[in-house]
Formats: sequence, structure tokens, C-alpha cells
Amino acid sequence: MCGIVGIYYKNKELNNHLGAMLSSMLVQMSERGPDSAGVAVYRDSPGSSGTKLTLHCAEPDYDWAGLCSSLGREFNTDPGIEVRASHAVVSTIAPLQELRSWLSRNCPDLRVMSAGSTIEIYKEAGAPRDFVERFQLQDFQGSHALGHTRMATESAITTQHSHPFSTGQDLCLVHNGSLSNHNRLRERLQGEGIEFQTDNDSEVAAGYLMWQLHQGATLEQALTRAISDLDGFFTFAVGTHNGFAVLRDPIACKPAVMAENDDWVAMASEFRAIAQLPGVEHATVWEPAPATVYSWGEG
Amino acid sequence: MTEFDLSRDSVRALNQGLHDSAEGRWLVSHPDGRHCIAVGLDAPVDVAIKGHVGYYCAGMNKRANITIDGSAGPGVAENIMSGTVRVLGNVSHCAGASGHGGLLVVEGDASARCGISMKGSDIVVAGSVGHMSAFMAQTGRLVVCGDAGDHLGDSIYEAVIYVAGRVGELGADCVEKEMTPEHRQGLADLLSAAGVEADPDSFRRYGSARKLYNFNIDHASDY
Repeated sequence: MCGIVGIYYKNKELNNHLGAMLSSMLVQMSERGPDSAGVAVYRDSPGSSGTKLTLHCAEPDYDWAGLCSSLGREFNTDPGIEVRASHAVVSTIAPLQELRSWLSRNCPDLRVMSAGSTIEIYKEAGAPRDFVERFQLQDFQGSHALGHTRMATESAITTQHSHPFSTGQDLCLVHNGSLSNHNRLRERLQGEGIEFQTDNDSEVAAGYLMWQLHQGATLEQALTRAISDLDGFFTFAVGTHNGFAVLRDPIACKPAVMAENDDWVAMASEFRAIAQLPGVEHATVWEPAPATVYSWGEG
Repeated sequence: MTEFDLSRDSVRALNQGLHDSAEGRWLVSHPDGRHCIAVGLDAPVDVAIKGHVGYYCAGMNKRANITIDGSAGPGVAENIMSGTVRVLGNVSHCAGASGHGGLLVVEGDASARCGISMKGSDIVVAGSVGHMSAFMAQTGRLVVCGDAGDHLGDSIYEAVIYVAGRVGELGADCVEKEMTPEHRQGLADLLSAAGVEADPDSFRRYGSARKLYNFNIDHASDY
């Protein structure tokens, strides 16, 4: 069992409420996932340009300022950095591939959580309430976000095994369920040049969507194709740079509920995650139908 | 009237209070999607819940009359024994699962597996139902005023299904059957009891072809 949540603002004036709304949704899903929590937040960082990398280091006293200096010397730029608990967001105009390979060569303690123009991913073992406090999630602003609370069943309770996973720039997927054809699909996608960091099934779903988007599909088209190409149980909430979507498998045995009003769209594993949101009394509440793509934002 | 605010007191306290009541009216506010509200009642109490509820609301209901002024999560009125449960909004999957008696009325839509394994209860849905509804339904009646999803009545026993709208693919051993005057009258009475306006003549009846039964009365002595 896991809990997933998503929130997307139709009214961009509400962007400064993102952290508070996401926090309350995540904490409400604690019983579905007490072991770890994670979020993907989409926001424009003030003054940032180029790429944002969210980095994680298990070492509590990691020298982030030193990293910044090294990056500045190596790439002849002045990267921005924002440290948040065990994570830091580095903003730089350095080319992404070169940056990644430099990091893997020179900073073995660091793990790249996400890369893109607006996405930031934070995740950590521990209860969702502790996660919200530790990462000061309430303070976040942004256009949309995804969240995941995990009840570990098939692998260890570590940051590495926590969700969400990002594969490709600005793409993120949170998943409740399990895929049964992920091994073969992973091999096929690796043949197409998609890289994976773990053996996790949800990461394969994210990789599949990335591959579809690279082929020129819209998010809605990619998810429609996923219905026939992915085998297993799933409720997905998906974020892209400017899009948000929800999809359930044709059997729909994993829960999902959605709510929409003039200002926002929200999805969650259970309604209680949505019940706290301001404006819910004016929202239409429904259960997403099986094998049906719901998408907002991106065309 | 007893008023109970779930933003102040627990679901457990509410359920204990309801179990201790022999009669009377209750108004429950701020359910906010909480699970297991008003479960296991066994007295002719009237309970009105103002808002959306989570899982298993009104489960195992006996004799009580429970109204949810909102939508309900999975398993509303599961294993209902008697009494009435009415939902003014939509319900999630497995509504009225395994119910032995009583009446569940859904004024909106129900999602997948509505009335799964029902054993004698009546379910009236003013909207549509999702896939696999009335799966292995044994006795009782499922009335759908809108459409029914695929695999309706899969492996059904002796329950009766009435659908006014479109039906997706029928489940294994589920077939359309003749709508006799007795069925029409029974349906009219049930719609009236449920307070749902629909023309009984617009419904078609579905039930078991009785070809999947492992048990055959002619071979009773073999078991």
C-alpha cells in the first residue's frame, strides 16, 4: 500500500499556497505510507536560469558551498544553490550531460534526484509529518506538485528506494500499484537510450513516458499508449514542466479520487487528503474511470 | 437530535455513541473523508452525515437509516443486513458488497464492482455503475438507471439485475432475460421505495444462464 497525491493550479495566483496544500495532503496519507515520503515540486526559482539539479547527500555536514565553488571553477559559471535538509538545488547554465558526468566522477557521495527547468524532488525515509517539517515543505511555492508516501513491501526503507522517481528532465511520476512487464520494457527502453537508476517498476513507467515524449507524443498521447504497453496495476499521477495528468489501469483496483474547482485540480489515493484543501466545498469530486486519461496544462 | 462534529471527536466515539443508542436522530458533521463512519449499527436510528466519507461507511448496517450528503469511498454499506443507506453523491468501488438485506440507494454514480457478491440486499443506483458490477451476486436486486460497465454480472448466481441504459460486455454466464409483469411490478415497487424516479418499462433484466453452476440439484446425492 502507498499513498499518492497531486495538485495542479489552474489559477496561477494561488502558487504561493502550494507548500501548505501539498503538506496537508501528504500528512493525511501517512497511514498508507509511514516509511518514507517524497515530493516533486514544479516552480520557477527566482533568478535561476538554465538547469536545476536536485542533489541528495546522506552526509549531514556536506560542504555544499565547496561544491558550488568547484562547479564554478570547472564550468566557468556562478551556480546558484539552495540547501534544504539533506538535499540541495543547484541552478546552473552548465550543459546538463557534462555536469552529470562531472558529478559522478568527482562527487560519488551525491545522488541526482531530478533535473529540469522547474522540477525539484525531495525524498527521505521517515514519517511524512517529519518529512514536511524537515524540508519546510509548507514554504514552497509553485505551479503543481506530486507526492508519495511509501509503505515498504518489496525493498528496503532508504532514501534511494523512496519515491518519486524522475527519469528525464522535468518528468515525474508517482505510482500506486505494481507493474508486471517492467523487466522486458526496461530492456526495450534501454535499447532506445533511456537510462535507469534502479530496478524499480515505477521508474520504468516514468522512463516509458519520457521515451514517448521524446518521440513527440503529448502527455495525453503518451499515457493513452501506456494503457496498452504497461501491464499491471497502477494509479499514476504524472507531472511535466507545465502539465499534470492522472491514469488508472483498466481494472482500477488501486484507489484514486479527484476533485476540481475553478482554481485547482487535486488527486489522491483517498478523499481525506483532499478534504482539507481550501475551496474543496466548491469542487466537483469524482473517481477517475479505468483506462481513461485525465490531463491538464500541456496540450 | 444528537449533533456530532468529527473535527472535534473521534470516529470511534461516534460509533460507540451510535451503538449505545436504541433510537433517535443523529447529525454528523465534518466527516472529511474519514473511514468507518457509522459502522455496525443495530438499532432503528436515523443518521445524517453532512459531507464526503471515506472507506466502509455504514458497513454491516442493521435497521438504521443512514444518509450521506456527499460522496462515499470504497465499500459503502458493505455487508448491509437491513435498514437503508442513501448516498446523495457518487460512490467508489464495491458499494454494497456482500449485502444480505436492506436497501442501498446511490443518487449519483457507482464505480467498479458495485454489488459484488450481494446476498439478498437491494441496490438502486440512479446513475451508472462501473465494470464487474454484481460479480458473483447470489440473491437480491441491482437496479441501474444509467449505464453499466463491462463484465456485468460475471459468474452471477440468482441475483437479478435491471439496467435502463447501455450495458457493456456482459460477464460470463450473465444473459438478458424476459421482463415479466411480476418483474416489472417488483421493480416499480423498489424504485418507489428508493425514491428514485425512473420508468420501469425502460429497464431490461439480466440474470444467470445457470451454466456455470458447480452444484446441480439433480446430483445432490453425489456431494
